[in-house]
Amino acid sequence: MTLPQPESIFLSASLEPPLGVSLRAARLVYSGLTLFDGLDLELRAGCFTCLLGPSGIGKSSLLRLLAGLTPPGVSGELRGGDGRTLAGRVAYMAQQDLLLPWLNVLNNVTLGNRLRGEAVDRPRALRLLARVGLADAALARPDTLSGGMRQRAALARTLMEDRPVVLMDEPFSGLDALSRLRLQALAADVLAGKTVLLVTHDPLEALRLGEHILIMNGRPAALSALPDLPGAPPRDPGDPAVQAAYRAILQRLEAA
Amino acid sequence: MKALGRSLVTLAGFLLVWQAVAMLGDLPAYILPEPWAVALSLWHHSGALLHHAGVTALEIVLGMALGTLMGCASALALGYSRRARRWVLPVLIASQAVPVFAIAPLLVLWLGYGLGSKVVMAMLIIYFPVTANFYDGLRHTQRGWLDLARVMLPAPRPWAVLRHIAIPAALPALASGLRVAAAIAPIGAVIGEWVGSSAGLGYLMLHANSRMQVDLMFAALLVLAALAVGLYFLVDAGLRRLLPWHPATPDSFKSD
Repeated sequence: MTLPQPESIFLSASLEPPLGVSLRAARLVYSGLTLFDGLDLELRAGCFTCLLGPSGIGKSSLLRLLAGLTPPGVSGELRGGDGRTLAGRVAYMAQQDLLLPWLNVLNNVTLGNRLRGEAVDRPRALRLLARVGLADAALARPDTLSGGMRQRAALARTLMEDRPVVLMDEPFSGLDALSRLRLQALAADVLAGKTVLLVTHDPLEALRLGEHILIMNGRPAALSALPDLPGAPPRDPGDPAVQAAYRAILQRLEAA
Repeated sequence: MKALGRSLVTLAGFLLVWQAVAMLGDLPAYILPEPWAVALSLWHHSGALLHHAGVTALEIVLGMALGTLMGCASALALGYSRRARRWVLPVLIASQAVPVFAIAPLLVLWLGYGLGSKVVMAMLIIYFPVTANFYDGLRHTQRGWLDLARVMLPAPRPWAVLRHIAIPAALPALASGLRVAAAIAPIGAVIGEWVGSSAGLGYLMLHANSRMQVDLMFAALLVLAALAVGLYFLVDAGLRRLLPWHPATPDSFKSD
């Protein structure tokens, strides 16, 4: 378990302890097909977990279940590490940036404040925008930004929610290679200390970012953990340990 | 600018053909007056034309305002309340089978020969396109935005979601409805004037017709067309300024 770094304490408004997540007996039946049944998932508190698996295996549905966006045909028993419900303690970031095109970046970042009818914390939003490298784009409309900048804005909006659990559904898969590498490094940095689940179909992304890596495979799908890698994320994709783990993952995915 | 030039050339060609038909066809002036006779009539009766155009314009603007207000309110009620959808929507759609023109005599009977019956006529004719377009927009809010809002809100706040997400997202659809409204509101006003009135361009046309002043009829028609086109452009330009983020704003007068 990594301890929160000073920077993220400064960015966080509250100083809650990290929160684990436990899901029991999750089940998804989609048009007569059982994608998974009796699935258990445990997210370690304050740990960056990557969930890796081929497309269509049910990763996104599992993530949506954790986010409280119960898709049709899905069931399961979901609890926080403290035994209470997760409602209001989760932030969600999707593959699309989901920025509202009529609001500037700053107002997009503070959307949660306004939806909940709270006072808008502009100074904190501006600090977070500076943190993700968008200090100069605070007043820009999303359609004037590049894909990488839009996803940075979405990351700032996710941080603004200041929730102990962050769920990310392939947030970087729509970006070009260089933007993706930069955003992965940024995410590893700013999300340190939070309980993160990042869903991806890219083994290298999981190896770069995951403190803990889960592989989802088979039908009905089961979860298996990969041995924890040495070194702290973001790891260098050229690292020999990463390369070796990459080969192991491919073998495991092909064997299933 | 080029588009305007081309339109002017087309218009000049049309005037030439009109002149040629009037001269070569040897038609009496009370069937088809020559273009210059219409221009002359426009000049001679400019005072009366202006007065009647003012009356018609007032009817159109009031009808537009009321129809837009009613349409927006109905769409919001339909979008917000399932009960409204189930009880009102089928009747609303069926009501469109009644030709609005057929109601015009009734409106004049109930509301008299003055402004009221024409305003209501214009209002009724635009009510449905405004309602239908706005409601359609409210129903098709991007799924991801609603998911994001649901994760952000610990407890449901449908009104906040409507206000901050669904309504702004539906504004481009409402704008399409308003463009249609701007194009058909003048029809409503003129129909109302034809059925019974003592002022307005429709009244002036009927009046001129019964006195064989066909050149004045044409002049009134010209002013009405200018009024309708002007209204459309005004509404279109206003909507573009209000919705700068919406790239799909139809550019109906750009040919390439």
